Amino acid sequence: MTAVFWICALLSVAGAFGMVFSRKAVHSALWLALTMVNLAVLYVSQQAEFLGIVQVVVYTGAVMMLFLFVLMIVGVDSSDSLVETIRGHRGASIAAVSALLVLVVTMVSQGMQTMAINRDPVGLARANSDEGGNVQGIAKLLFGRYVFAFEVTSALLITAVLGAMVLAHRDRIRALPGQEELSRQRLMNPATAAGLPAPGVYARHNAVDTPALLPDGSVAENSLPGALQLRGVAHDVREEVAVTRAAELAADPTQAQEDES
Amino acid sequence: MNPSAYLALAAVLFCLGATGVLLRRNAIVMFMSVELMLNAANLALVTASRMHGNLDGQVFAFFSMVVAAAEVVVGLAIIVQIFRSRRSASIDDASLLKF
Amino acid sequence: MTSSPALLVAVPLISAAVLLLAGRRSDRWGHLLGSAAALASFGLALATVFNLASQPAESREISQTLWRWIAVGGFNVDVSFTVDPLSAVFILLITGVGSLIHIYSIGYMSHDPNRRRFFAYLNLFLAAMLTLVLANNFLLLYVGWEGVGLASYLLIGFWQHKPSAATAANKAFIVNRVGDFGLSIAVMLTFVTFGSVAFPEVFAKVDNASSSTVTWIGIALLLAACGKSAQFPLQSWLLDAMEGPTPVSALIHAATMVTAGVYLVARCHPIYDLSATARAAVVAVGAITLLMGAIIGIAKDDIKKALAGSTMSQIGYMMLAVGLGPIGYVWAIFHLLTHGFFKAGMFLGAGSVMHGMNDEVNMRRYGALRTAMAVTFGTFAVGYLAIIGVPPFAGFWSKDEIIKVAFEHSWLTGGVALLGAGITAYYMTRVMLMTFFGKARWADDAHPHESPAVMTIPLVVLAALSAVGGWALLHMLHLESWLEPVLGHGEGELPFSSSLLLPLTLGVVAIGVVAAWRVYGGSAEIPVLAPRGSWFIRAARADLGGDLFNEKVVMQPGQQLTATLVRVDDSVVDGAVRGIGGFIAALSTRLRQAQNGFARSYALVMVIGAIIVALALAMVRFA
Repeated sequence: MTAVFWICALLSVAGAFGMVFSRKAVHSALWLALTMVNLAVLYVSQQAEFLGIVQVVVYTGAVMMLFLFVLMIVGVDSSDSLVETIRGHRGASIAAVSALLVLVVTMVSQGMQTMAINRDPVGLARANSDEGGNVQGIAKLLFGRYVFAFEVTSALLITAVLGAMVLAHRDRIRALPGQEELSRQRLMNPATAAGLPAPGVYARHNAVDTPALLPDGSVAENSLPGALQLRGVAHDVREEVAVTRAAELAADPTQAQEDES
Repeated sequence: MNPSAYLALAAVLFCLGATGVLLRRNAIVMFMSVELMLNAANLALVTASRMHGNLDGQVFAFFSMVVAAAEVVVGLAIIVQIFRSRRSASIDDASLLKF
Repeated sequence: MTSSPALLVAVPLISAAVLLLAGRRSDRWGHLLGSAAALASFGLALATVFNLASQPAESREISQTLWRWIAVGGFNVDVSFTVDPLSAVFILLITGVGSLIHIYSIGYMSHDPNRRRFFAYLNLFLAAMLTLVLANNFLLLYVGWEGVGLASYLLIGFWQHKPSAATAANKAFIVNRVGDFGLSIAVMLTFVTFGSVAFPEVFAKVDNASSSTVTWIGIALLLAACGKSAQFPLQSWLLDAMEGPTPVSALIHAATMVTAGVYLVARCHPIYDLSATARAAVVAVGAITLLMGAIIGIAKDDIKKALAGSTMSQIGYMMLAVGLGPIGYVWAIFHLLTHGFFKAGMFLGAGSVMHGMNDEVNMRRYGALRTAMAVTFGTFAVGYLAIIGVPPFAGFWSKDEIIKVAFEHSWLTGGVALLGAGITAYYMTRVMLMTFFGKARWADDAHPHESPAVMTIPLVVLAALSAVGGWALLHMLHLESWLEPVLGHGEGELPFSSSLLLPLTLGVVAIGVVAAWRVYGGSAEIPVLAPRGSWFIRAARADLGGDLFNEKVVMQPGQQLTATLVRVDDSVVDGAVRGIGGFIAALSTRLRQAQNGFARSYALVMVIGAIIVALALAMVRFA
């Protein structure tokens, strides 16, 4: 127990430090995930098994993923500058938080010194076994004594989802093209009138940033996702093609005249 | 391990979260620091549940998690909206409520 | 009717009200109504005095209470009038001389478009003065006191368009106010000490008061008397008051109003009987003013101002006498009466001279008027002989008695009184010689002519009174015994043989006359432009520093005090107020910079707040 506590404690504190002081936001998210997992272990070590699993599934799994998604939307490269714009804020914050820490720890230790349950916590053995397990115990409380809070919380969740949908909604600027419109567009364009080749026909590599090469050796721009096109990270595949071709020719020289024709 | 150690750990995590709120300018990292503070509170609740020997603390922590999740959803949606209109995720840009 | 003193007050008061309210409509008959009111009140006064005389000597009093004026807790004041022997002589003087002056004014003010208003104010004065002398309590006397002050102000400043007249009226009123302050203090002290302000009650209880209280009341009353009677130190207004029309100078500033101070002291003699200090103060004031007025009179070239200096000096005689105690009260009142006759007569005579000389007041432009204005000369001469104390004219009887009681008191007071008599003879002779004798120094457009009958008849009446009135009052009407029930009786001892007194007095008077003759009489050249004169003459011309003293000691420090207070108010008081405002503004400018709009700063403040709450909890829990 003690060893578990100390390891998990140290790791979670390390994770917290890492989260607070990382320059890149994605690193902060990962450090936080570390902290959360350690906290889940601590929950389990205190006979709160249900809560530990929920911590991993909901918090680390859902909430942190949500954070990462938003980080991706906002810009995964975004990093804070180290320069503090508000004068004296850094020092004052460190001082205030240290004072708060000292105060809380002192209060807690002072208060806990006299309490019997500090030296001899009651423990959840009986509470867990009363209903036949931790989950059942929590369920009894949740749908028994706290059912009203439960219902209200579910209303809150629905509201949150609705709020998120409203906030994230973007109106269409143009109407969605219907099927007739799409067909017309395709048929009117000679390049696509006969239908585009299936995926993989001209592909040279299965990485998403490697474009396909057309029969005459030029890069097929449609084969790259638009975002990668804009960013200009298309991987130039012609070198590999040359290497592969050389290897093929070395294996079978009769193919050389097919290239020149 | 006696519960006061857990509570001390909870205090440390809480304060680290507070530091993150105060010092980081990126809105999302700030939000993550708030999540850390909430987790520290949950730890304290679970410890208290063990101290008193009933599951009320755990139910409380459960509700706290649910509410935190809802809050994250709405908060991040707001951040995304702000980012769309301002193109910047720094909270110092929203400084119009001043003298 | 004769037992209703209030009627005496009501008649001129109603006439004044009618003349003021009727306005320009009454311009044609206003002067007649005014004079009729004055004569009616004289008739009433005469009848009242006869009624009084028919009563037995010990209880000669006609009282009338009109209504209860003030009833507040223990403070009760009635509007109540009393005629006793003292007020009897006063009402006769006031209404009698007043009527003569009203008649004179019909002629003197005939060219003035505001003549009706003049008569209204004269009547108002009569009503107020009668209230003053008939009042049976201090508060009603105060009403009359203020009333005559008001009438004096209105009449001095009658020619409102002249800035000098307006200023003189202000000066008179303000200096009087200082005296009125003394009267208020006396009234308050009286109420506090005796519980009442009515004369009978106060004078009955006066023995019970402590001597210091009585002295203070006496000093306060003396201050009031100084203000009203133009005695030192409140004498500076009288010479400026000559800006008013001459009838005003005659009535108010010679015969009646300025004698109110003497009346006050005489009326309150039970108080002065008990306080030697107060009496000594009165004597000192009287002696100083006596000499001061005489010296000022020597150097004035304006005939009215010379007569005003003379008035100041003569009232000094009266104050001297009334301050000597029981030996002098009667003679002060006697001299008051005779002075009323001859001074009013001389003022009206001066007015007649001015009327004939195009309102010229500078005596250096007079000369040899005795043939051109014979009646004026004759009446003025009678007044002159009376004032210098030539027997058997009126002034001789009264002034000689005063000199006698002055010597009975001490060599000093006697010497001062005698000296004053000599200087009086000097300056009055100077006036006579410069005005009526010598060579004519008239301006080119001067046509001296005698005044009309409406002006000369009052002159003649007053001259007659100046001639025989003194002897008549003393020996025919027995003034001494008439006034004894009110003023008491005193006997004194002369430090020398009484047969020396008459030659001594007449000798001093003769010296004065001869001295003046040497300078101004015969064929002496009197320059039209006043020569610079010696330091003595220059000091006398400057009123012996009276105005200078007021300016330097009262006015300028007062102005500086005001300026300082204004500065203090601006800088300290207003500065403090503005400073508070400025401080708050600066503080708020500093404080609002804490709102910098950054969410992180606000978060920091929240953390600090949380710390404070936690500290508070810790204190409560663990302290």
